[in-house]
Amino acid sequence: MKAMVYRGPYKIRVEDKPDPVIEHPNDAIVRVELASICGSDLHLYHGMIPDTRIGHTFGHEFIGRVVEVGPSVQSLTPGDRVMVPFNIYCGSCYFCARGLYSNCHNVNANATAVGGIYGYSHTAGGYDGGQAELVRVPFADVGPSVIPDDISDEDALMLTDAFTTGYFGAQLGEISEGDTVAVFGAGPVGLSAARSAWLMGAGRVIVIDHLDYRLEKARSFSLAETYSFARHPDVVVLLKELTNGLGTDVAIDAVGAEADGNLTQHITSAKLKLQGGSPIALNWAIDSVRKGGTVSVMGAYGPLFSAVKFGDAMNKGLTIRTNQAPVKRQWPRLLEHIRAGRIAPRELITHRIPLDEIAEGYHMFSSKLDDCIKTVVEP
Amino acid sequence: MPYTAGDHPHSPSADRLRETIPGWGADLDPADRPSVPKERLDLETGAHWDMPERQPETTPRERSIEHRMLTPVFGTAQPLHGVSGVIRRYAYARFSEGRAAHWLLLVAADRVEASGAHLRSLASLRPDNPVTETGVLGEGRRRPISSRFGRGRADLGHMWLDPILVAGPWIVAAGVAVAVVRAVVRRR
Repeated sequence: MKAMVYRGPYKIRVEDKPDPVIEHPNDAIVRVELASICGSDLHLYHGMIPDTRIGHTFGHEFIGRVVEVGPSVQSLTPGDRVMVPFNIYCGSCYFCARGLYSNCHNVNANATAVGGIYGYSHTAGGYDGGQAELVRVPFADVGPSVIPDDISDEDALMLTDAFTTGYFGAQLGEISEGDTVAVFGAGPVGLSAARSAWLMGAGRVIVIDHLDYRLEKARSFSLAETYSFARHPDVVVLLKELTNGLGTDVAIDAVGAEADGNLTQHITSAKLKLQGGSPIALNWAIDSVRKGGTVSVMGAYGPLFSAVKFGDAMNKGLTIRTNQAPVKRQWPRLLEHIRAGRIAPRELITHRIPLDEIAEGYHMFSSKLDDCIKTVVEP
Repeated sequence: MPYTAGDHPHSPSADRLRETIPGWGADLDPADRPSVPKERLDLETGAHWDMPERQPETTPRERSIEHRMLTPVFGTAQPLHGVSGVIRRYAYARFSEGRAAHWLLLVAADRVEASGAHLRSLASLRPDNPVTETGVLGEGRRRPISSRFGRGRADLGHMWLDPILVAGPWIVAAGVAVAVVRAVVRRR
């Protein structure tokens, strides 16, 4: 099969690889019909996630058709069209039994602090991902769901991670009616978190980024008010001024490891890999949220230490809530929202490319060219 | 102002928000939020086992020493090999995830493996091509100038580092190779 493979930082190519096989009785093999490139894939692409091996195939956002199932699979049969959550999880361990699917203890031999994620390095379990023609899907009775007939492929694809993670991040913010919510980052996840904040009753939603075209999308897609941190000398002061000196009730970090806005932080993390991530957005969130407020973090960071302003967080009495999204837990409600016309995740998509052009797709996304927000890959 | 117990900064009324924002307040009740409460014991996951069957371990599989056993299911992509494999195996066998040495060794192994893979590729039928593999050939179709300049991008200050990070090691390696060849030729 053809698959995207990692060849070192900033370098990928398409290669022929052996087809995946059933390795466990509850495995399925899925032929990928659509995949997408996630902002967190860029952390891998830039060499920021430890134990990203040469030859690894990225891709944790994909939908496709089941071509083979293992002998214990009961809920899927070959031919089913499925949406696959980015989490790999067993459904039965201590954490899965409590709904913490992204924290499964039975699927990642390499780390206990991280669950299993398709195509996200050996730190996330060493599973090849979905930017390929075929992919092994463990625990086929647990993770994937048949795509409902009335849901478009693009909406289904955006529910495998991007929109769902944003929706989950808004929940982490514990938003109450009338709250002012700041969202740092206007990538697909931040846009989704901002849009979701309204569903939860926010009175005001403010999105911060430095890319004008993304801020424009935050206005049209997320219906948010927007500010560029590149045009304001101090984001914390800006947000205090916007909230009558109080600070926002909720701040959401939807940026993660490669935040811009502070050259030292960015270079020591994203370029020199001396930190697990550049916590600029997280520090802004901590300093701009009001005392007693809530900071939601679902921007992805590497496992190394980061220079986070924890003293301010402690002194302000903040609640910091974090996690990778337990994706499938969100789907029933998100499908209701789509059917009711409240959200349209497919509108995040800006580009479609064939798998053969994926190196150019990554470069475009990484360099923020051509107003790229979300790129769909067609194997 | 927060110096008094005054009102929260003004926001539009719920009726106004409901009129202007599709779906506003649909999940206002926390009971409608799928991840509230965080932990629930009543969810159907589809698992029809208490403990999953164990995936066969056909080759020795590294694992975090924080795991008491190899997980029932694990990824089999890119098994350990070569010098990077030795470093990685040591990082997993010796240090927990709580130790910086664990992660720094894994980062070092990544760089060792990448260097070795580049060198080996030069002796293969498909050597690494930094031009095609970095995707820069697609620049022409993606508005490279207008996407970058005149738009107030904050990353312009360090964008120049990327080509150095990508091409630098190749240039240094080529320079070392040329120096070695010249030294050998001079000795003869």
